[in-house]
Amino acid sequence: MADLSLRETSAKPSARLEWALVGLGILALLAAPFFVYPIFLMKMLCFALFACAFNLLLGYTGLLSFGHATFFGGAAYFTAHAVKVWGWPPEAGVLLGMAGAALLGLVMGFFAIRRQGIYFAMITLALSQMFFFFCVQAPFTQGEDGIQGVPRGMLFGILDLNAPMNMYYFVLVAVLVGVFAIWRIVNSPFGMILRSIRENESRAISLGYSVASYKLGAFVMSAALAGLAGSLKAIVFQFATLTDVTWQMSGEVILMTLLGGIGTMVGPIIGASLVVGLENTLATSGFPVTIATGLIFMVCVLVFRRGIVGEVYARVIGRAGTG
Amino acid sequence: MTMIFGIPVQALLGQLLVGLINGSFYAMLSLGLAVIFGLLRVINFAHGAQYMLGAFVGYLLLTHLGIGYWPALVLAPLIVGLFGVVVERLALSRLYDTDPLYGLLFTFGLALVLEGIFRYYYGVSGNPYAVPPLLAGGTNLGFMFLPNYRGWVVVASLIVCFGTWALIEKTRLGSYLRAATENPRLVQAFGVNVPLLLTLTYGLGSALAGLAGILAAPVYQVSPLMGSDLIIVVFAVVVIGGMGSILGAIVTGYMLGLAEGLTKVFYPEASNLVVFVIMAIVLLVRPAGLFGRDA
Repeated sequence: MADLSLRETSAKPSARLEWALVGLGILALLAAPFFVYPIFLMKMLCFALFACAFNLLLGYTGLLSFGHATFFGGAAYFTAHAVKVWGWPPEAGVLLGMAGAALLGLVMGFFAIRRQGIYFAMITLALSQMFFFFCVQAPFTQGEDGIQGVPRGMLFGILDLNAPMNMYYFVLVAVLVGVFAIWRIVNSPFGMILRSIRENESRAISLGYSVASYKLGAFVMSAALAGLAGSLKAIVFQFATLTDVTWQMSGEVILMTLLGGIGTMVGPIIGASLVVGLENTLATSGFPVTIATGLIFMVCVLVFRRGIVGEVYARVIGRAGTG
Repeated sequence: MTMIFGIPVQALLGQLLVGLINGSFYAMLSLGLAVIFGLLRVINFAHGAQYMLGAFVGYLLLTHLGIGYWPALVLAPLIVGLFGVVVERLALSRLYDTDPLYGLLFTFGLALVLEGIFRYYYGVSGNPYAVPPLLAGGTNLGFMFLPNYRGWVVVASLIVCFGTWALIEKTRLGSYLRAATENPRLVQAFGVNVPLLLTLTYGLGSALAGLAGILAAPVYQVSPLMGSDLIIVVFAVVVIGGMGSILGAIVTGYMLGLAEGLTKVFYPEASNLVVFVIMAIVLLVRPAGLFGRDA
């Protein structure tokens, strides 16, 4: 599975530049709601976190999950139900959503890691379709209607999330914490072992690592963080519906990651922003979104498998190598 | 009325027949997937879309050109097969030296595009396709009433499945195919045109999906979404059977259709889930699949 991922580079001089860019990006996000419609930005942020969580698995562990909608949409349902029916505060609802997603991840991962590569993708897809059918039939999801009118509530009992700016900064902080967590995981000794599994699984086994547990661990973490994204989305949009648990949603997060750059930190964020932006544009034009998504998929796979950020990295390194 | 386990025999047999019909389609589709995967190492996500395409080709031939069911039974697989050949030549052939997952992602994109196009022009509602006059009506078997067309679907799918099995296991072309699956370079060195073989295989696999589509048109309605939900069940079937053997794919397909039919009788709420549950159990007990060789 080695060629799925981008080889990380230790281009030291560019490290300071990267940090500067990250700082600029955060500043831009802090200022953004004064210029752009906050709901749109929040949607972008939720999907950015979702794609980063997915990339933790695909980019850094080499596992292609075709079932991540289960965690995203499942967590949205749990949070919406806890907040609306049980009257939980939003922060507790989000935590419950994450815990639920982690549990789902544990179950799905337990079955899926028994096979590799293409089978892994098919098993996750089948299990997430099973969860979809469960959501269609289970009474608490309210079937086709979904859970609607979820109250945003008071964060920690003091901050009124009905104010768009409060909501926005809550989402921003939560997403940044989530992305930071992924960055920490990826750059920890645990993350290094994940990469070694991605590069050469048999070698990792022969070195004595219990590869199955590491894979399961990565799967659960990725599921929990995807769940965080889904829970936030449920609070922002105040509903949770079947759309978020469909296989199309699993496909969408793959596209975001592929478009931005598999195995890069920033790639999924850029990919998610582009895809969400594109969908918003297409929604008013009448051009079917699925056709556009499908075409981008085909072009990405055929022409630039490294994704936007991956191509940029490759160019920069290429120049450094020749110059 | 005769009862078995408190269920009327008629109801039981009726659901078993529905299961057998579904199983026929699972078998034909998982067979095509297995054939393609065997040689190309590509999981053809577009298989469901090609099945839908087959049904739509039949529907369009009828509504626009007045070409009926029987000619369409030949034309639809041919057209879908040619489409497959073009896709393989233009795109898939460029992906052979990359990770197999890219083939999956490419065909996923292709499936989205095909589905999107037909959804755009024909909406999500189904279009009825009449049963051909020759097979209209039904036969009373004494213990149950069998619609003739459904009987034909079962017979036709058996012929297709065993025809394909014979083609691959018993003919010279099939022996090239199997050899190329084992060691493509060596086969190429013996003077067999392997790239052509790959193209033909993808074409054949696509044609099988198209044939299943036109067979399905009178049973289910012709709708842009008919393939996408089916293909996921077929993936589960493939995981259960393991893609190592052609015969395994066929047998698993029929078995799971029947299992689904039985579940509809005894516990209807779970009928959507039963294939996935069986998949989970098989993964626990025999991770390589019932007929699988590769771990």
